[in-house]
Amino acid sequence: MTDAMLLAEALGDVLYTGAIGLILLGLYAMVVPRHLVRIVLGLLLVQSGVNLFLVAVGYRPEAAAPILLGGQAIGPVVDPLPQALVLTAIVIGVGVLALALALVVRVKDVHGTLDSREVAERMAAETGDSRLMPETAPGRGAAVPAREMLEDRS
Amino acid sequence: MIELALISVLVMIGAALAVVFVRGLMAAVAAAAVVSLALSVLFAVLRAPDVALAEAAVGAGLSGVLLALTLRRVGLWPGSPSGDGDRE
Repeated sequence: MTDAMLLAEALGDVLYTGAIGLILLGLYAMVVPRHLVRIVLGLLLVQSGVNLFLVAVGYRPEAAAPILLGGQAIGPVVDPLPQALVLTAIVIGVGVLALALALVVRVKDVHGTLDSREVAERMAAETGDSRLMPETAPGRGAAVPAREMLEDRS
Repeated sequence: MIELALISVLVMIGAALAVVFVRGLMAAVAAAAVVSLALSVLFAVLRAPDVALAEAAVGAGLSGVLLALTLRRVGLWPGSPSGDGDRE
């Protein structure tokens, strides 16, 4: 195994680690925080991680960028298909982000808060639909029984 | 080449950690723009210059502006009309 191949493998490891780390961090940001803007930021991180993963899949060591200059053949190039699709995904991602942020603004206008648990509680109180009530979990929600609340504060 | 990729990945992961764990949404939005910039460097290293350009323009520029305008609209931006600081 030559030196260049070892370097290429190390580059692949670094890139895949970065992409998967980004996806996991974004997933955490979408699930654990309750602030809606933080959830949208998590969506952005997952999206970036998937884009990086796809472009890294199409990468070949010792290959040129897939751009033809003057119509002549230029030897081996990296896979252009994931790059074209990721370019599309980036643009679609901006649309998704804009839609999510518009929904965030609307939630703020209607409910006056950006805490997803509080929003769910208000909707449950207004409609009388107990299925909208958040599950009892440690936190400052009204759905938490008094005893658990005391333990949580201590 | 590998050094540049390594540095970019470290910057990217560090900024992503800041996005998730830093208090204050203004700082989180700025860190998201840093993630996009490091990602566009990585795309350039991966021989995808067109994707790198799009990511730099769209990720760092347009997304940051959208997020900042949203924060201002919901009063989480310091100095905004109904501003109560940028704390959650």
